[in-house]
Amino acid sequence: MKPTLLFSAAALSVIAGAASAEPVKFEYWYGLTGDLGEVVLETCNRFNASQTDYEAVCVGQDGYEKAVQNTIAAFRANQHPTLLQSFDAGTADLMLSGEFYPVHQLMADQGITIDWADYFPGIANYYSASNGQFFSMPWNSSTPVYYYNTAHFADAGLTEAPLTWEGMEAAFVALKAAGHECPMAYAPSSWIDLEQFSMAHNIPVASNNNGYAGLDTELLFNTTLHVQHMENIKRWLDEGLLQLRTTAAGLSARDSFVQGECSIFFSSIADHNTVGKIAPPELGWDVQMIPTYEGVERHNTVVGGASLWVLSGKTDAEYAAAAAYLAFLATPAEQRFLLENSGYIPVTNAAFNELNASGFYSAPPFAGREIAITSLTWTPPTDLTRGIRLGGFIQIRAEWQAEVEAALSGQKTMAEALDTAAERGNAILARFAQTYEGKSFP
Amino acid sequence: MRRAYFKTSWIAAALVAPQLLIIFVFFYWPSAQAVYWAFTLEQPWGGGNTWVGLQNFRNILSDPYYWNSVRASFLFAFGSTALAMGMALILALFADRQLRGYKAYRLAVIWPYAIAAPAVGLAFRFIFAPGAGLFSYLNTLYPGLWDPSVSGTQALLMVTIAGAWKLVSYNFIFFLAALQSIPRSLTEAAAMDGASVMRRMRDIQLPLMAPTFFFILVINITDSFTDSFGIVDTLTGGGPARATDLMVYKIYSDGFRGFDYSGAAAQSIILMGLVIALTFVQFRYVERRVHYT
Repeated sequence: MKPTLLFSAAALSVIAGAASAEPVKFEYWYGLTGDLGEVVLETCNRFNASQTDYEAVCVGQDGYEKAVQNTIAAFRANQHPTLLQSFDAGTADLMLSGEFYPVHQLMADQGITIDWADYFPGIANYYSASNGQFFSMPWNSSTPVYYYNTAHFADAGLTEAPLTWEGMEAAFVALKAAGHECPMAYAPSSWIDLEQFSMAHNIPVASNNNGYAGLDTELLFNTTLHVQHMENIKRWLDEGLLQLRTTAAGLSARDSFVQGECSIFFSSIADHNTVGKIAPPELGWDVQMIPTYEGVERHNTVVGGASLWVLSGKTDAEYAAAAAYLAFLATPAEQRFLLENSGYIPVTNAAFNELNASGFYSAPPFAGREIAITSLTWTPPTDLTRGIRLGGFIQIRAEWQAEVEAALSGQKTMAEALDTAAERGNAILARFAQTYEGKSFP
Repeated sequence: MRRAYFKTSWIAAALVAPQLLIIFVFFYWPSAQAVYWAFTLEQPWGGGNTWVGLQNFRNILSDPYYWNSVRASFLFAFGSTALAMGMALILALFADRQLRGYKAYRLAVIWPYAIAAPAVGLAFRFIFAPGAGLFSYLNTLYPGLWDPSVSGTQALLMVTIAGAWKLVSYNFIFFLAALQSIPRSLTEAAAMDGASVMRRMRDIQLPLMAPTFFFILVINITDSFTDSFGIVDTLTGGGPARATDLMVYKIYSDGFRGFDYSGAAAQSIILMGLVIALTFVQFRYVERRVHYT
């Protein structure tokens, strides 16, 4: 750290011309809201209290999407922050724009050593370029699991949470027979039903290794096991084995579960913290990895959540400050602070082992969350389970969502719906490739 | 008619300059930018764009879901305008009759105009929630009858009602003002001739309110096309299955959420053209039937 300090102090006096006692300020715009937004602010306070050279100015932007939108607007006016918390779906444009400072490079330039090899491969692959170097800093990471009501499972004579969809269907039937009218609360989610489902089954979402290998990508999800799975969802819905529970319908899937109306729901492990907080104490519940179909070898799921991007066009002093903050966040103590105050998972082997050794995962309220690490590290990532890198991904997700909604309400068959979603998604991909003609992912 | 005017034109120019500057900065300049983007493919983080001519417009106009969105926008605009004008007129006629407590009532009706659209959306989300809201009574009578999270028609109806509710108070102010500007002597004379309340409304009050009707019609339709975003965003998010994906909401979701700035710019140009055309039609064909006193 010493060279960094000297360097930044020099930079400060030259560039800012401020008194040497004045800390270097840098701005950080984050998308997390509510309790989690408070946690982000707290990390900034902890960072500012831990040293006197730098000061993080952290500004909440009311959601991941708004954080990216606002940063783009600010960037065009050259008023952007040094650090941005960006979600997976917003990264393709940012990567191709080149308007960022890869964290791998930043840390090397600032002389800060980070053990990049220690990151879980399911996370490392998601956030690194084709040369294996991290372009953004993993921080709040999650992966999907399903939550189940242990009392309902006992009523239905289920001794363990199934790991296959065949087992899930049997569980739905048993729960229904035991008088639980809503075995599963369902809300369509491209992230769980399409993306993570495809990872766990090692099947493609799109060509070019899910977009990693080029921009001339086409969607393939309408040709894989995903179609059969969505047809099953529709059938289960018709048979009353699962019920649609969306915010638009008044009660979200999570609330339906917490209130004991429904026995199962799928969500991110990040909800582990929320469910623990809002569930009544008498509600017995646990989590399990997302199921796979029989006859398919299970593969790793990938990371969700967001990572921290360092944007271009800032001073060296600001970069030094941002690097110090990122290094601070990566320490096991700070990872632990995040995990204790949210449902997120550790991102490095070292942090996970340390937590395990200290008994973090052996008692409530954190017990059960290690299942997410099991899911994330089930196999080493293959070409198809590295992650997804698609332009216009937010729009593609929206197309999938709208078409699946249409199929669920009976306007068309699921196969037709997914074909339409893929066709429209392909038009979006072609348009994206045309916008960035001649460019390729770093 | 005699007109007052400034002899030296530079004073006039100086007086209107601030206003023109504001309009230029906040309207003409962004609009010009949007027109330019509509003919290019713009990279969101800057870094250049490519001229593509009419490609954006061709893509949009050949998309069946876009026409679906246009249709939903028309249904929403005309539906909420008719509802809002009808409701406001009834309320204004009652307030004008000076029934008991009309002063408190007049104030209460004006309030909703001050409520932001997303707040209106949230309030209506509670009212229309199929499981817990006021409308859940419908479901206890006929199970499964009301569920806007599945039925597109119901979702559009819900958005239309919420949109109309927000416009009612604005319309009410104008209708009440129009009613109160009708000379009392006219209605009193009619009353002495034996005209009933309904008769006086039909033959005296409503015809004399025609200019206000016309004004409110133009404003309501324009407003419904361009200002429905907040309600859609909080109530339905454009769903289910795009049933409430109104034109202005689609511009937001493509442009800001999807980073397709050029596609959104082209859609804005189309929407702007549509609103201009509709306003033109109203002035050309509806205004002819209006008599200004």
